[in-house]
Amino acid sequence: MSATDTPAGMPSAPDTAARRSPWGEVLHSLLRSGTFLTGLAIVLFWIACALFGEHFVPYDPLADDIINALSPPSAEHWFGTDQIGRDVFSRVIVGSRDILTVAPLATLLATIAGTALGLIIGYFRGIVDDVVSRVLEAFMAIPVVIVALLAIVALGTSKATVIVVIGLSFAPIIARTVRSAVLAERELDYVAAAKLRHEGAMHTMFVEILPNVIPPILVETTVRLGYAIFAVATLSFMGFGIQPPSPDWGLSISSNYGMIGGGFWWTVLFDALAIASLVIGVNLVADGVHGAFND
Amino acid sequence: MIEPKQAANALELKDLSVAYRVGGRNRAVLRNVNLTIKAGEAYGLVGESGCGKSTVALSVVRYLPRNGSITGGSIALDGRDVMKLDAEALRRARADSVSMVYQDPGKALNPSLRIGRQLTEIFELAGVTGQAATDKATAMLNRVRISDPVSVMQRFPHQLSGGMQQRVAIAMALANDPSMLILDEPTTGLDATVEAEVLDLIGQLRRELSASILFISHNLAVVSNMCDRVGVLYAGMLVEEGSTKDVFNDPRHPYTVALLRCLPRGGQRKDQGRLDTIPGFLPGIGAAIAGCAFADRCALATERCRAEPPPLYDLGDGRLSRCHYHDKAQSLPRATPADVPAGAPKHAPPVLKVEGLNKTYASHGHPLRAVKDVSVSLRPGETLGLVGESGSGKTTFARLLLGLVPPDDGGSIELEGKKLAPRLASRSEDQVKAVQIVFQNPDSALNRSHSIRHILSRALKRLGGLTGKRLDTRLEELVRSVRLTDRHLAVKPRQLSGGLKQRVAIARAFAGDPRIVVCDEPTSALDVSVQAAILNLLADLQSKQDVSYIFISHDLGVVRYLSDKIAVLYLGRIMEFGPSEAVFSGPHHPYTEALLSAVPKLDRTESSRIRLDGEIPSAANPPTGCVFHTRCPRKIGAICETQEPELIEAQPGHTIRCHIPYAELARLQKPKVVEPA
Repeated sequence: MSATDTPAGMPSAPDTAARRSPWGEVLHSLLRSGTFLTGLAIVLFWIACALFGEHFVPYDPLADDIINALSPPSAEHWFGTDQIGRDVFSRVIVGSRDILTVAPLATLLATIAGTALGLIIGYFRGIVDDVVSRVLEAFMAIPVVIVALLAIVALGTSKATVIVVIGLSFAPIIARTVRSAVLAERELDYVAAAKLRHEGAMHTMFVEILPNVIPPILVETTVRLGYAIFAVATLSFMGFGIQPPSPDWGLSISSNYGMIGGGFWWTVLFDALAIASLVIGVNLVADGVHGAFND
Repeated sequence: MIEPKQAANALELKDLSVAYRVGGRNRAVLRNVNLTIKAGEAYGLVGESGCGKSTVALSVVRYLPRNGSITGGSIALDGRDVMKLDAEALRRARADSVSMVYQDPGKALNPSLRIGRQLTEIFELAGVTGQAATDKATAMLNRVRISDPVSVMQRFPHQLSGGMQQRVAIAMALANDPSMLILDEPTTGLDATVEAEVLDLIGQLRRELSASILFISHNLAVVSNMCDRVGVLYAGMLVEEGSTKDVFNDPRHPYTVALLRCLPRGGQRKDQGRLDTIPGFLPGIGAAIAGCAFADRCALATERCRAEPPPLYDLGDGRLSRCHYHDKAQSLPRATPADVPAGAPKHAPPVLKVEGLNKTYASHGHPLRAVKDVSVSLRPGETLGLVGESGSGKTTFARLLLGLVPPDDGGSIELEGKKLAPRLASRSEDQVKAVQIVFQNPDSALNRSHSIRHILSRALKRLGGLTGKRLDTRLEELVRSVRLTDRHLAVKPRQLSGGLKQRVAIARAFAGDPRIVVCDEPTSALDVSVQAAILNLLADLQSKQDVSYIFISHDLGVVRYLSDKIAVLYLGRIMEFGPSEAVFSGPHHPYTEALLSAVPKLDRTESSRIRLDGEIPSAANPPTGCVFHTRCPRKIGAICETQEPELIEAQPGHTIRCHIPYAELARLQKPKVVEPA
């Protein structure tokens, strides 16, 4: 019956009620979300392949066998062999390793840089926001591939370059999300209360505000991870990403796609399906996380 | 009031039980509620949050939330069983015979449709179209006393003030000429002056229309002014019912007795004794109740109360009470001792001295004077009450004091004789901790990610300069001083009730032994019993620590209880300033007079009825002369429109900004019935 009364007339918690914490509630709804669980199963499958795949695959993914080159799928080689006779099945299973190192690290870099940037422009607003936001917008207008090309020309090809290029390309997008969450948060009275304790800007941003903007950051991060996987695969395909002799999917497609014309579809299809399944898995997880925070 | 017709009862609830499904279990929210509203009758339903008032309203129109279900009993509207209606018949019943007005008119109106469109839609539903519907809509707006309906019809909801929006919502509710009108906290979000207007309107409409009214409110005084009969709801049960006069003057259930005692009434002040409180909490929804639901909080409860659920005793004259000891209810002992620690006003030098404070914002290129030439002073241990409608500059003034917004150049704020820098960042550590605030909404004021321990420790560290063992000791003292316990420290704010959260906010403000604490509507989001406890706490802390308060509230009873001095603000200007008693008892400024007259009184004494027309003007474009002249009921002539009056000292320490001389004000305001003490 106060101004905050709900139509349902739900009582406020008397005293310290034994209720789930907000995070407990999110976890609870995640575990009941089919979308999230399906996505998680797919992602966990590929993570398991990356970690332990090499012990279980029937062949050494790097071992060539020219005599049996380009043999179609059979009982011996489930997914067939490529142009120098490497077992495609073994390569697909182990091929998740590099992309699952590079893409998450790039996303992590984007999240850290984007969060810090977003907190700063959202908290200070004014001229800082105006200038930095314009720069970020300009940056976002340049395609990742062009940035990657320039960076690789300057820095040379390595996994680290790919991580930095993708991480920094995605940071502005995360910064924008964090900024809008911070703009809402900084108007709340606890921020005024912090000012009334003479707290510094760093404390207010990172100790007071940051914990309250974690949910949108988590959602954005999972969404970005899907894009990062796609970006890594694209760069590898173009030869600017992961380098041979890695069994990486994008790289394999790149070195085999000329074969499709000759009817050797199996050299490309399974790698493509692997990329697709991982991206879909991550996107399902992202959908689930988004739903859990926005119920 | 019209005579009840001899028709069927407008609403009849028989043994109504409603449950909400929470966590996979059905939890009872209403338990066998019986109530009857006769045709043409206004029935008030009161009780604290969570006792099921709104659920009653939603059940009547079968509009419960998805997890709610009616688990037993029947609902009859005009003799028709609502439970047996099919979807189409239910739709017709909602369209034809029952209407509802909600608390927040801003949410009840569609923000993207013009008022005219929303109103005519209702008539179109009834088969009236085109010009006829427009005419009817205009007539409806006229009926709710909207003076220029044609222009209002062209506007969008956000272009109307809260009071106007609620009038439109009422017009929409009345459009189908309902036999039953449900008003769910219709004035709760509105200013007192606007609330008074809306209540007057509802009162007048009652005389014109035949509708029966179910009036739901937590505000006992509002219900007492509007309703013929009243029911008190507790834990989903009707615990007392009777004519409004009987229930409020001669309550027969300890819960009603306790609720009435929580309110600061008839000019009660902090030095005249503490407010009574209701200990404990409402049983959670779905809690198993063995005996009387109120037994745990009732000082009169005996073994019998705990074991045997009391029936609804019929006391004759239409009075019912669900108490075994209804004859003794009024002997309920106080839950809080009335004695107060003596805090005699000291004649120390002022702790706060504000001189000529101004704040001008830029609004679309025009200067907006939010605070204009405000000067006040306050001694240690005193409370300055700030009073005025929304938009009068109360909160801006508080923010200037705190340094959250810098004032215009020129004015000065002195704390204990030393000048305070305009900006918070340039104030010294000592000055920062000396001026603190308790915000209105603890959900916004407490960081939801931090534990109570973290929140208070941080305040003690930054404001008290404490660390290690000394911090822990002080933390324990601080927690105890606001009547919290150690086990509250480990939890996050959301796990606490509103009252407990507000205690944490108070503790935080007191962490650095402040000299001045700004209290910005600290109890407006709380139930009356919790409000009383918070007011007691503030009064206790003040007398112990000699701290001064700047107390902002729209509830004049609450302001009067706590304040030693009152400043009445209007469009950023002080219209009246003086000792609390002088300002309240008068003679006072016509604006103060109007504010006081707008307060609904529990005892239904018809004091002079002064109503302000319209809304507070925009501060970006204030009226010429006396800024109040456009709404002043005592305007004397052209001088009011051309010349702004000075603040004149009418009595020592009591200043009034009005062209009418003090003696004349005294004469004009004399016939007013003095509020009973």
